[in-house]
This record gives sequence, C-alpha cells and structure tokens, in this order.
Amino acid sequence: MKTIIFKDIARHTAELCIKANTELPGDVLSSLEASLRKEKNELARSILATCIKNAEIAKEEKTALCQDTGFAVFFVEIGDNVRIAGGTLYEAINEGVAKGYADGYLRKSIVKDPLYDRINTSDNTPAVIHIDLVPGDMLKITLAPKGGGSENMSALTMLKPSDGEQGVIDFVVNTVVKAGANPCPPSIVGVGIGGTVEKCALLSKKALLRPVEEPNPDKRYARLEAKILKKINSSGIGPQGLGGVTTALAVHVETFPCHIASLPVAVNLNCHAARHVSVTL
Amino acid sequence: MNTITLTTPLTEQKAQSLSAGVHVLLSGILYTARDAAHKRLCSLINEGKELPITLQDQVLYYVGPTPARPGKPIGSAGPTTSCRMDAYSPLLMEKAGVRGMIGKGDRSRQVIDAMKKFGCVYFAAIGGAGALLAECITKADIVCYDDLGPEAIYKLEVVQFPVIVAIDTHGNSCFAKRYC
Repeated sequence: MKTIIFKDIARHTAELCIKANTELPGDVLSSLEASLRKEKNELARSILATCIKNAEIAKEEKTALCQDTGFAVFFVEIGDNVRIAGGTLYEAINEGVAKGYADGYLRKSIVKDPLYDRINTSDNTPAVIHIDLVPGDMLKITLAPKGGGSENMSALTMLKPSDGEQGVIDFVVNTVVKAGANPCPPSIVGVGIGGTVEKCALLSKKALLRPVEEPNPDKRYARLEAKILKKINSSGIGPQGLGGVTTALAVHVETFPCHIASLPVAVNLNCHAARHVSVTL
Repeated sequence: MNTITLTTPLTEQKAQSLSAGVHVLLSGILYTARDAAHKRLCSLINEGKELPITLQDQVLYYVGPTPARPGKPIGSAGPTTSCRMDAYSPLLMEKAGVRGMIGKGDRSRQVIDAMKKFGCVYFAAIGGAGALLAECITKADIVCYDDLGPEAIYKLEVVQFPVIVAIDTHGNSCFAKRYC
C-alpha cells in the first residue's frame, strides 16, 4: 500500500491550476500553427496569429490565457493500492483549487447555487471531480479548466439506432454550426457515442483530453472524425465566426457499448485555449 | 487590412461612419459589464432610477477579468459571449445612450434592429486572447457593483485596443450567412 499525503495532493493541484491556465499545451499550439499555414482568409489568419501570440504573452507574463479560467474539471486515476493520509481526495483537490486560483491570480467563476442563489463562492470551488479506480499504486491527476462560453454550446441527443452514422454526423455538425462564434472557434470538438445519458456526456468531455490531431485508434472512428472535421471546416464559420476554413482544430470521438434501444450522442466543445495538464504522484 | 484608430467616447456620427469588417484600434475609456451588471442597470432604468454611471456615447466591454498581479492594472481581459447580453442591450441603447459594445459572437435580430435605430456599433474582440488584450489596458478602476467580483463594472483606460467592426450601425454583419 502506498501512502500519499493530503498536503502533497493539494500542493500539486494548486500548481496544475496555474500551469493549465497560463501555458497552452504544445499539441494545441502546434495545431494552431498548422492551421495558420493552411488558412487563406486574411482575417482568419490574423486571428490565428493573435491566438499564438497570446499564448506567448500568457506564458511570459504568467497571465491567464483567457480571463475565463473556467470550472476546474478533474479526471483522477487512483490506484487500488493507494491510501491518502490526512483527509479525502475530494478535500485535497478542492483545497488545491482554492490555493491555485488565489496564488495564480485566476478568476473565480463559480456561483454556489445555479438558480436561486447565484453568489460567487470566491475561491472557484467546488471542482468537478471524476475518479476512476485503476490497478496499481499511482495517483494521476488531470485538470482541464473549462470555460463557460464553449461549455454553453454543448449538446446531447438520444438518437434512434436506425439514425446510424449519418445521424451522428448531422447532430455533431449542426451543434457546431449552431454554436457559430460563441465557443471561440477554432474549437476542439469532443464527441461521446454510446453508453447511457451521463456516460455519453462524460465521454464527450474525456475526448477533449486526447492530444489534438491524434486520431481514434479504431480506424472506423478515425474516418468518422475526419469526415466530421471536413464538414465542420467547410461551414465557413472560421476563427471567431468571422469566416475561414479553421472552424475546428480536431474532432475526437470516444465510444462505449450501449443499450439495444439507444444511440446516445454528446458534443462537448472546447475553445482554442484548450487547456489540460496532468501530474502523476 | 483596413485599420483605423478611434478615441472614445463615440459620437453618433463617428459610430455611423464605421463599416463592418474594418479593424479598429480603440483608445480612451471603456466600461466593463457582464450579465449581472446588465441586469442591475436595466432594473434601475425600468424602475425610473438614475444609473450609477453615465453611459451616453460610451462603449461597453463584455469582460470579467482575472485579478491583477502586483504592478499590473488588470489580469487577463478578453471578451465574453455577447448573446447573453442581448436581452438587455436594446434598453441600454434607448435609455442610456450606449454607443458601442465589445464582445464575441453574433447578436440577435432585436439587438441589430436597436443598433440601427439608435446608432450603436458592435465590435468583436478576439475571444481567448485575454493575455494579449490586457496589454492594451493601462488603468482599471472599479466604479460600481464591487460585490459582483469579476462581474463588477470597471472603468478601463485603453490604448490601441484591437477590435473588428462586427456589426455596423446599418445592420451589416461579418457573421451573416457564412454558415452552411
């Protein structure tokens, strides 16, 4: 049994909050640079170049890439041989979020009640924490801060199995087109297919963690990703919705077995400041 | 690219002269306001009360910045999604004289109609470029609604703040009919 100290988890979590919000992941940056080489539209090119420049300034100045430093969404893999000393994993992560968002001069964007009491909790807690139990003695913490603008454009539908591949393509493309400029394109399009309603939504979010442009290992789904991406990028929405061929940087599909009666599809959009960072303890 | 420089406040005449697609470097004063501040301002107007700030010919910037590091006027400060302000914007144009709005994303038909009627222009700033845009802000003071935290109304002084005329006072839009 491996023991991990509560305070260490909180400290690493705080560091993740600051790093995630100030350093654009290399895969996203490379993808923006590749898009700039392909994009012909003058305005779109200037916007992509601005996004790249913004990432440089954020890193240098330790300023958040985007003022919306998001909901702190965590994906945690905890080994079945790990014990946490000094408190619970949930408490440790929330303590780290409060510290990281304070020390990193990050925006606190969480209200304590969605409908009747929209008062800011002032420390960006609570975090959304998804925990998977895995074999072994490691603790891997991944943070993907999620902005409200792109999250608001996400959607889920329960298709009929007879709707098939075309039904999936139409739903994903329509969701992105309807979102237009709002999710801050060029976006990363996370797609969940299968499972139940909550499993499907979670798959669509997990899809955003995969390195940009790394295709699904199943060739059929890799082809589906390419087909959807091509359609999205022919919509003309472009960076910030002002025209061009770079509406999405990538489409990532994640799947799960599903019920004989169902074909759930979820779309979770991420903006071009597609932040995610991990640490293993 | 066609780039012009402008200084706020914006007169109706200046606003009317701007065409969709033009790049503008804005200098002068901007007032920040997001959903919660809009709601409060519109409630005051509906109750016939005075607003805490004068908005005649002013430009509103839809932003909730991150806190400033020591020695800096402001933190990251890019635009938020404008359509959340659509329910409030026409009233602010009509009753408070708001002349310009800065945000990201398209506006509703009602907002565009009000822009044409009251001579108001909508600028797009680049969403997700908050670190870069913050470099153009030289001063930031909270003027009201401190209790709203990042949603408080700030008075910003900006120098050559880059925006694009996304929808002009004649209703021409950079967003129109591009989608499949």
